[in-house]
Amino acid sequence: MANNVDALYIFLLVVSGMMTVAIFTLVLVFAVRYRKRPGQRAEQIDGSHALEITWSLIPFCIFMVFFAWGAIIFFQERKPPQNSAEVYTVAKQWMWKFEHMEGQREINELHVPIGRDVKMIMTSQDVIHSFFVPAFRIKQDVLPGRYTVAWFHATKAGTYHLFCAEYCGTMHSGMVGSVVVMEPKDYEAWMGGGGNQPLAVTGEKLFTELGCVTCHRSDTQGRGPNLVSIFGKPVLLEDGRTVVADENYIRESILQPGAKIVNGFKPIMPTFQGQISDEQLNALVAYVKSLSQAPSGQTGGRKMATATP
Amino acid sequence: MATAVLESGERETYLNKEYGIKSWLLTVDHKRIALLYLVSITFFFFIGGFFALLIRLELLTPAGDLVQADTYNKLFTMHGQVMVFFFLIPAVPAVLGNFLIPIMIGAKDLAFPRVNLLSWYLYIIGGALMLYTILNGGVDTGWTFYTPLSTEFLNTHVVTAGLAIFVAGFSSILTGLNFVVTTHRMRAPGMTWSRLPLFVWAHYATSIIQLLGTPVLAITLLLVVCERLFHLGIFNPALGGDPLLFQHLFWFYSHPAVYIMILPGMGIVSEIVCCFSRKRIFGYTAMALALLGIAVVGFLVWAHHMFVAGISLYAAMIFSLLSYFVAVPSAIKVFNWTSTMYKGSITYQTPMLYAFGFIGLFTMGGLTGLFLASLGIDVHVTDTYFVVAHFHYIMVGGMVMAYLGGMHFWWPKISGRMYPEGWGRLAALLVFVGFNLTFFPQFILGYMGMPRRYWDYSHSPEFQILNVLSTAGATVLAVGYVLPMIYFLWSMRYGKPAPDNPWNAAGLEWMVPSPPPTFNFEEQPVVTWEAYNYDEIKEEVPVAQ
Amino acid sequence: MHNSPIATADQEAHQNPALLHHFATEEQQKDAASLGMWVFLATEIMFFGGMFCAYLVYRYWYFGDFGAGSQSLNVVLGGTNTAVLICSSLTVALAVRAAQLGQQKVIIICLILTMLLGLVFLGIKGVEYHDKFVEHHVPGPGFHFPGHVPGHPDIPINQHHAQIFFSLYFIMTGLHALHMIIGVGLFAFITYNAMRRRYGPDYYTPVEVAGLYWHFVDIIWIYLFPLLYLIDRSK
Repeated sequence: MANNVDALYIFLLVVSGMMTVAIFTLVLVFAVRYRKRPGQRAEQIDGSHALEITWSLIPFCIFMVFFAWGAIIFFQERKPPQNSAEVYTVAKQWMWKFEHMEGQREINELHVPIGRDVKMIMTSQDVIHSFFVPAFRIKQDVLPGRYTVAWFHATKAGTYHLFCAEYCGTMHSGMVGSVVVMEPKDYEAWMGGGGNQPLAVTGEKLFTELGCVTCHRSDTQGRGPNLVSIFGKPVLLEDGRTVVADENYIRESILQPGAKIVNGFKPIMPTFQGQISDEQLNALVAYVKSLSQAPSGQTGGRKMATATP
Repeated sequence: MATAVLESGERETYLNKEYGIKSWLLTVDHKRIALLYLVSITFFFFIGGFFALLIRLELLTPAGDLVQADTYNKLFTMHGQVMVFFFLIPAVPAVLGNFLIPIMIGAKDLAFPRVNLLSWYLYIIGGALMLYTILNGGVDTGWTFYTPLSTEFLNTHVVTAGLAIFVAGFSSILTGLNFVVTTHRMRAPGMTWSRLPLFVWAHYATSIIQLLGTPVLAITLLLVVCERLFHLGIFNPALGGDPLLFQHLFWFYSHPAVYIMILPGMGIVSEIVCCFSRKRIFGYTAMALALLGIAVVGFLVWAHHMFVAGISLYAAMIFSLLSYFVAVPSAIKVFNWTSTMYKGSITYQTPMLYAFGFIGLFTMGGLTGLFLASLGIDVHVTDTYFVVAHFHYIMVGGMVMAYLGGMHFWWPKISGRMYPEGWGRLAALLVFVGFNLTFFPQFILGYMGMPRRYWDYSHSPEFQILNVLSTAGATVLAVGYVLPMIYFLWSMRYGKPAPDNPWNAAGLEWMVPSPPPTFNFEEQPVVTWEAYNYDEIKEEVPVAQ
Repeated sequence: MHNSPIATADQEAHQNPALLHHFATEEQQKDAASLGMWVFLATEIMFFGGMFCAYLVYRYWYFGDFGAGSQSLNVVLGGTNTAVLICSSLTVALAVRAAQLGQQKVIIICLILTMLLGLVFLGIKGVEYHDKFVEHHVPGPGFHFPGHVPGHPDIPINQHHAQIFFSLYFIMTGLHALHMIIGVGLFAFITYNAMRRRYGPDYYTPVEVAGLYWHFVDIIWIYLFPLLYLIDRSK
């Protein structure tokens, strides 16, 4: 990704550098060549439509190249590949909290292996922050009350800056951290450190403790929709609309169950707004997603950890 | 009719007609109101500039060692708010526009002189609120007031700062309203739309933006104030509100506001380039249409400030595409200015030096805007010093250069005195060099990844060298800005008396005496010539050196 | 558009005391004033436009809660107010016509009627605000809006979302009321001048321009009324 962005950047630099040099040269040449001389008067020229159209259309075509190229890169940046490793991120004044699918938690430091697509699923506890890793050329604002997503694919081991790029109060400039990219071996070793509980398992426990399981049963008899295999699929709502069950949909359904009622069900679910933390919410979302990935009943987190070497 | 003569034997002008304080504070003469504005915006310019210098000094070293973090946040917030709302937006329209538009179109005054005075008082009330905010400990929301930070998480003077800008906004609206009506209804016989100087066209386009954009900012700030006082939840996600709605409403004004700041500058540069090339503008119609085009399309690109804010992929693409549309008329203008010089008879007085500077810096500012409009690159450089450098190239490199150029160009008309040409050229050079030294390094800093609004960058010492360069440039720039103020003041007493038309320039404003009488024209002028009729202007009264 | 004949100012300046020094003719002065008001109204549209935009976003998001909020408003009082305002627009139009015809008494009567109707509107609005205050429907710490979403007896109203509805209700109607108060003030000033026989067929610009403003304030209400009061009245 960084290479693509840099290539476009260099292209833009060259083209706009040429434009700048052309204009500067013309201004200087005209300024010297047509400086005031005794006895010589300016020659009046009204303009030239042909010239004006030329220097509107040619830049316009160049601009369209800039646009298209930039849009293609942006499109890739916004579409995380399937089977990315997922990192749930909670930003708050003034720190970054990360939680891996495998259950490792980190603060202001994010460890990832080389060669894996990593998808950041981010939310904020207070104000707007922005997840910015200059080396990866990615940036995404992190908003309270919803998830935003960014992804990257690190190719070189090392430690990279992580900045908050949206002004967030007093210690905005202290909301920095690092992304540590490791060889897969080292990463496995780092990962194997503690007996962490995978996030989806935490979510599954919560799902039972909070009583979700009594209605959302894995058969068709529950009072709530069956959640197996719903993630990423379209859901028909009672008012006739269809929405795709993404992370934000699951989040909203937990916090504001009345907002989008699934067709055929009654709006009886109580709200969990203010009753569970962002971390618990992330675990529940991870669990619901795992139901769509692991048919054998095994939770999804592990499986993804071994995907895409 | 004979020229009115004072008892002292001097010709009566708008300046010497009356002297008392009341004759200034209650004046309805557009020229006196312009001078009231000149004094007030200069005051705020130096306040904002002082904040800027403190910011640059803090960034000299990576550690946050000069001021506290909170203080630093207040400095950049108030620098932005003061400079944008109390200097850049009123600068050219309220000073030069106010002074020149009626004269340029052959009118005795603006359509609504009392409204014009009211708008200055509104500006002063807004300014007083802003000063109150500053003196009482300031505000640290960032000039953008992003919610929910500004509404729920800070305990500085957000409400008074918001109200200050709210009130100043109405001042800006009334100025725009006056210009639109004046341009439509007050033109002298024969002054058709196609004979208007581009300066007037530029202000007409600017006024449209002021009229249609500013009220949206006003209501947005009002909502922020209400939200902060009563915790309504409109922009607070914890209460069901949407912070992105705030950003949409804010940028709906604040992007076009960029054009409020730059279009009048383009008008000035058109006048100067024509005058000192002794030539008609190249492509008058295209230049006028480009001004209007920028004003209209400028309303359709606001969300390019929000590419990484969480808007949808397709919305981002549309706003990126539209942003390139607005670049085309800007490009036309640069090419046409350049072509205007072709086969001219060019001299290098101070205003022309500023015009050269404007063309160069605006070109660079505009081209780096293309980088930011490109989605893939914007993701990386937005909210970094790249953006900071980009908009300073447009607003300071573009607008302030044009403003200073215009001040030098019309100073003989305004004051009746010549400024010292040698000092003028020196200051122009200092501003140009100082500016580039200050802001060019910031482009590189931005691409390296230094986020904006960082008080402390001790985690990334590699940013220091460029920051040192930038701070060094800022001191040069400061000297370049203080110099003109000194010699303008000096010239009011000691400058050579200015002839009516020191530059042999075209345009009605050069046909009235310097300084003009209170009602500008003794007889209703009738216009029979096209704009920039430099072929008809007799050479060569020696041009002031 | 322009090119109106402009004679030298001195000839005409003494004809009509209402002609200001910087205008060449009365026609030019009148054109300028009415264009000025139209332009001002364009800015007013943008001013209210920001709030309408916020309203539309949240109406779409919080459909049911907004319906519930709307149902709690007093449609009879709101409807009465609509009628009152439309009548006041009529009286303003009549005042302008009377000024054009030089019927001095009629101008004054119509203007006073307009102000009275305006005050009636504000009075009724005050009653409505009072009711909302008593019912704890005013956004803030005491806000309480029990009940369920219309058509869904089992979905309770989301307090936050309802609070947004009432915030917008109070801000939009409040700003509208502020415009009414300014309008009544304007008319008081104009009535005073009308009593001094300042207006007639030669000079009625202030009456006309203030009338334009008043019509605009009415039109804003014509949009506010259905958006706030009528969106969920079918059931």
